[in-house]
Amino acid sequence: MTTQQAQVLACIDGSALTESVCDYASWISKKVDAPLKLLHTINHHHETSVTSDFSGNIGLGTQEHLLEEITNLEQQQNKLKMQQGKLILQAATEHIEKNDLFPTSTQRHGDLIEAVIDLEDSVRVLVLGLRGQVHDNQENKIGAKLEAVIRSVHRPILIVNDNFTQPERIMIAYDGSVAADKAVDMVASSPLYKGLSCHLVCVNNNESTADKLLNQATKKLQSAENIEVIPAKLRGKADQELCAYQEKNNIDLTVMGAFSHTRLHDMLLGSFTHKMLVNTKKPLLLLR
Amino acid sequence: MLLLSKKQDWLGNIRGDVLAGTVVALALIPEAIAFSIIAGVDPKVGLYASFCIAFITAIVGGRPGMISAATGAMALLMVTLVKDHGLQYLLAATLLTGLLQIISGYLKLGSLMSFVSRSVVTGFVNALAILIFMAQLPELTDVTWHVYAMTAAGLGFIYLFPYVPFIGKVLPSPLVCIVVLTGACMYLQLDIRTVGDMGDLPDTLPIFLWPEVPLTWETLQIILPYSVPLAVVGLLESLMTATIVDDLTDTTSDKNRECKGQGLANIGAGLLGGMAGCAMIGQSIINVKSGGRGRLSTMVAGVFLLIMVVFLDQWIKQIPMAALVAVMIMVSIGTFSWESVIHLKQHPLSANIIMLATVITVVWTHNLALGVFVGVLLAALFFANKISHFMYVGSVLDDITDTRIYHVHGQVFFNSSDRFVSNFDFKEAVSKVTIDLTHAHFWDISAVSALDKVVIKFRREGAEVELIGQNEASSTIIDRFGIHDNPEEIEKVMGGH
Repeated sequence: MTTQQAQVLACIDGSALTESVCDYASWISKKVDAPLKLLHTINHHHETSVTSDFSGNIGLGTQEHLLEEITNLEQQQNKLKMQQGKLILQAATEHIEKNDLFPTSTQRHGDLIEAVIDLEDSVRVLVLGLRGQVHDNQENKIGAKLEAVIRSVHRPILIVNDNFTQPERIMIAYDGSVAADKAVDMVASSPLYKGLSCHLVCVNNNESTADKLLNQATKKLQSAENIEVIPAKLRGKADQELCAYQEKNNIDLTVMGAFSHTRLHDMLLGSFTHKMLVNTKKPLLLLR
Repeated sequence: MLLLSKKQDWLGNIRGDVLAGTVVALALIPEAIAFSIIAGVDPKVGLYASFCIAFITAIVGGRPGMISAATGAMALLMVTLVKDHGLQYLLAATLLTGLLQIISGYLKLGSLMSFVSRSVVTGFVNALAILIFMAQLPELTDVTWHVYAMTAAGLGFIYLFPYVPFIGKVLPSPLVCIVVLTGACMYLQLDIRTVGDMGDLPDTLPIFLWPEVPLTWETLQIILPYSVPLAVVGLLESLMTATIVDDLTDTTSDKNRECKGQGLANIGAGLLGGMAGCAMIGQSIINVKSGGRGRLSTMVAGVFLLIMVVFLDQWIKQIPMAALVAVMIMVSIGTFSWESVIHLKQHPLSANIIMLATVITVVWTHNLALGVFVGVLLAALFFANKISHFMYVGSVLDDITDTRIYHVHGQVFFNSSDRFVSNFDFKEAVSKVTIDLTHAHFWDISAVSALDKVVIKFRREGAEVELIGQNEASSTIIDRFGIHDNPEEIEKVMGGH
């Protein structure tokens, strides 16, 4: 696996966002010249039972019969799920091939988190939809496993929440933290952002601090070729202000650090990343 | 963290868990009552224990969906304690059992289960089934024909009722058996033993009780010899049941957490006036069969059991023992590993001997721990014997130098060391002997002393002795642990040197 080129991994499940996940993944794949891979996971739901027989008796060989029966049922169910997944992957592959890209695809058992952790070593960027099948088309919901996936993976993750539009203006949410600095470094060094105009936005109620932070980061970004940097200072609540700025300036993509605090901290104080995930109208690129 | 559990372990299967828990509760009551009587205490001791153990293991156990309660295997170990010292000492022994189980959980003794081979597990399960069946016999001896008729009718209901279209799969047949037999008994006013004749039933919710025993050395001396086997048997049955549930549901469980969970549950039972218990194979199978998967199923089973016996105690008293005997015979039949009988002919003789030895020891002593001990010991001996066959000594004679060269291949250890020595021809008069050990493995000091013996014998006969590859051969002797996941280390020890 180590010799293999790192891939763009698009996680799809056949929900409404699947197509735009594919589109964004193709965009990244073309831009950074990395192969594209599609992933579909087959969730087994071991916690629910497939049989319900309330006769409540056991006799000779009940245990063996029960094992046989459950195995057969699960085999049928999972065969079906596998076929469905193959169809989803096939449809996505055909969709992407229109853009002259030839993705590979893979199917794994278990939940998305496990699959993504298993594949992490060969992944460069992860692309997934904000909502999965369960919450399909529910505007104010985010995917049940999204946060867990983001927390467990240490690769950039693009969260897609809308139809594809070719990104031209991006926004970096910058607060001077280690994660934000890393985000700026990555933007400066990656080929993905070449030719884009980049709004460097800092939300801070203290103006001089904001100036100082922006100056440092602007310099870093300007050292990279072919990126137009537009610094901006905002005051107020970070998530609201960023979303407002995003709308006003027609931002196509927001780049930010994610979940830099522990779960406990976020449980008590609320997570900024979580708020952004719920409120933003445009895709988020989270850098960990 | 003992209290940590995933949300889907509790709420992933609510409907299935609640219904299955209810079905299982019906199979818990007969076992709790029947084995309280065998242990020599009131049925309420077993029933309180069943509630308590089911409730606590639901929260802290390591295997969601497994049913634990007061069991026959445990009850059989406490008979003499209750007879000689009374209930309070049983409660104290229960507390100590729990403590020992928690300690073994923290010492990660659950992993010792890997020494218990498949044949021993089968033997354990079969022995348990036989014990449960034998425990029903007192209810079936010296009784009128009514009891036999009732028991036979009960078994008929249990096994035939599920074939009734529609309601057969909806109503638990053990419930039908109990209800119909109780009704018949009351209607016909038969003079046969009922649950009410066997002792007190719970009339209140359980209350906190500290066992009234003196906290002295003597007390410990009395209860420890009971607590140790109780702890061992409880853990063995629980871990085996966990494996069965693992296999049926294709999921994994945390065995060490299960040990601690069983311990906490027994401490809880002891403090609420209940006897020690553990996981139950038969009832856990019923749970899975009825669609129970999560922690909720175990909790529902415990709570439903308590509600039934506390609020329906007037009705429970009327249940004829014959109905409970029928349910327990069903549990016994369902626990028995039918597969092991079918495959008796295909399995190697050693596996069958281990299985049967386990069964016979248990049935003889009524102590499952002893059975497992015998089984594990036999399995280890058979294994050592098998491995000892993987050793041979070849030789060539070099005429020119008058040298005999021996090549040793394979495993040399305590069991094969005598055979190793006998492979050398000490009567042959040669001036030099070379022993090539590069393809041998010396596992213990018996092997080394056997080699020493060979060397000395040859020297006494007047030969020069040269050893080749001694270092490589003895590299396995060191008690090296934790190399099993390092391919390079394994190659060094076992590989082609």
